[in-house]
Amino acid sequence: MRLGLVIDMDTCVGCHACAVACKQWNTSGTTGALTDYRPYGEDPSGVWFNRVRHYEVGDYPNNKTVNIPMSCMHCQHADCVNVCPTGASYKRPEDGIVLVDQDKCMGCNYCAWACPYGARELDREDGVMKKCTLCVDRIYDEALPPEERQPACVITCPAHARFFGDFDDDNSEVSRLVRERGGVKQMPELGYKPVNTYLPPRITRPIPIDDVRANRVVSSVKDWVNKMVAR
Amino acid sequence: MHPAFSVILFTVISGAGYGLFILLAAFHLAGIGPAMSHGELLAHGVASLGLITLGLVFSTGHLANKKNAWRSFMRFKTSWLSREAVFAVLFYPFAGIYGLGVLLQGAAIGPLPALAGVIAAVLAVITLFSTGMIYGCLKTIRQWNTALTPANYIMLGIATGATLFAAIATVFGNATTLHAGVAMVALVAAAVLKGIYYFWISRVNGPTINTATTFNRATVRLLDTGHTAGTFLTDEFGYDPRKDTIDNVKMGVFLLGFVAPVLVFASILSGAPAGIAWLAAVSSLVGIGMERWLFFAEAKHVVRLYHGAQTCTNSLAEPARGRTTVAPVTDPTDARRWELGDTPGGSGS
Repeated sequence: MRLGLVIDMDTCVGCHACAVACKQWNTSGTTGALTDYRPYGEDPSGVWFNRVRHYEVGDYPNNKTVNIPMSCMHCQHADCVNVCPTGASYKRPEDGIVLVDQDKCMGCNYCAWACPYGARELDREDGVMKKCTLCVDRIYDEALPPEERQPACVITCPAHARFFGDFDDDNSEVSRLVRERGGVKQMPELGYKPVNTYLPPRITRPIPIDDVRANRVVSSVKDWVNKMVAR
Repeated sequence: MHPAFSVILFTVISGAGYGLFILLAAFHLAGIGPAMSHGELLAHGVASLGLITLGLVFSTGHLANKKNAWRSFMRFKTSWLSREAVFAVLFYPFAGIYGLGVLLQGAAIGPLPALAGVIAAVLAVITLFSTGMIYGCLKTIRQWNTALTPANYIMLGIATGATLFAAIATVFGNATTLHAGVAMVALVAAAVLKGIYYFWISRVNGPTINTATTFNRATVRLLDTGHTAGTFLTDEFGYDPRKDTIDNVKMGVFLLGFVAPVLVFASILSGAPAGIAWLAAVSSLVGIGMERWLFFAEAKHVVRLYHGAQTCTNSLAEPARGRTTVAPVTDPTDARRWELGDTPGGSGS
């Protein structure tokens, strides 16, 4: 089994609900609290397993906003596990999930250095490295109804941009999506073989901008006059 | 990379200690140079072991969970950090047997302590190599991911060790032209290797914001990192010193680390009092300390690409090429280019 996520960059609206749901589930999950520093201060910070970043792709007017949520890719060649001197970081052979044994971690940060995707964050309060568990304390929980045995981020996504499944199974939803939508991996040239796969934005009809008024001298003067008069 | 002060102290001080031990073993066991007195042998040995131990104590300074430090010996099979820890500790019994031989038998030690001394010197080189490989094996930091990294660590350790070796010898009135000559050769070799490293990293390439975000056929700009304050990632990897700071420190590395010590030894060779070798030792240690700071400050982790860096070498502040969103272009024909398939990075590779 090779469990992981498919994230659709076409439908992701960048609402950060997955990041918040992740924080909510995991702060009371098996990896302990995701500590917040100065939560009510001017510059609140803290440990997150999932972060959403926003990019502009292409040049105006052929540009587009793309939101990229990122968590652990559960790489097939996980260098974070290889470099760990204590054996705290490990990759489960049965499903490929990369985890940290917090009882063994000495907080040297070396695994975070080895991760190209920024998936690992040191909890300065506990002094140990923390990371996405793919909700391992949820996906195997037989007390939950089967449809809820998925990572918190996948269940919560209002845009249905996140999918969870087994990449080794050619008939799984994730494998089918990757096949049909041409799934891509981040920084494949580093050779980490990340499992999590991203679906590129679909090529859609152009949004007409003919009706957008051109920025001419007459219209500029009109705008200026209107502004002045209103005040 | 954020330069951790404890790691700078550890690698510089321990490196000099291992270098000093390598010089001691080479001079004593291979019979190079003048015969050393009992006291001088012990002084070199105590100084090298003291520096190594002091450095190793400093090395635990950056650990967030020190009580688990003993576990760092567990993953010898895959981790260079673990290998460094194992070799650093394995060095002690062999150096101890050699030191005990010197303590009990003086300069004319028996074959067993001599063999232990040779093994300890080899382990010292291997430990320096492992320290370099901790950084050299990381594919995420292109400036470090080169064979020059471990080569630098070994050569800088030997060079600082050689200046200390010459300086300590002056205390016993035993410093010869050979001491100064060996130190000069080691310093010049280290300076050349470091120069090649700086040349190499000035033109290193690797992942870009395009391969990081999967959009290989379009300009990609960061709009928002999604957090209002700093994170662990920006603290650890966002370190961005000014270009002129880097240039000034680099000047300091070469002047204090290499040029000044070489000049000191050159003046000793042309008749100046041997005692000024201590100036060379202090100067080289300060210079190599600056070199170690620069080693971290110039290293750019690829996670910076997600925080707006365009390539794995430039700073976060450097803008992307191409037109920006605020350009007042309203040519309707531009929109039709979508239909012609000229899409902005619609599908990556």
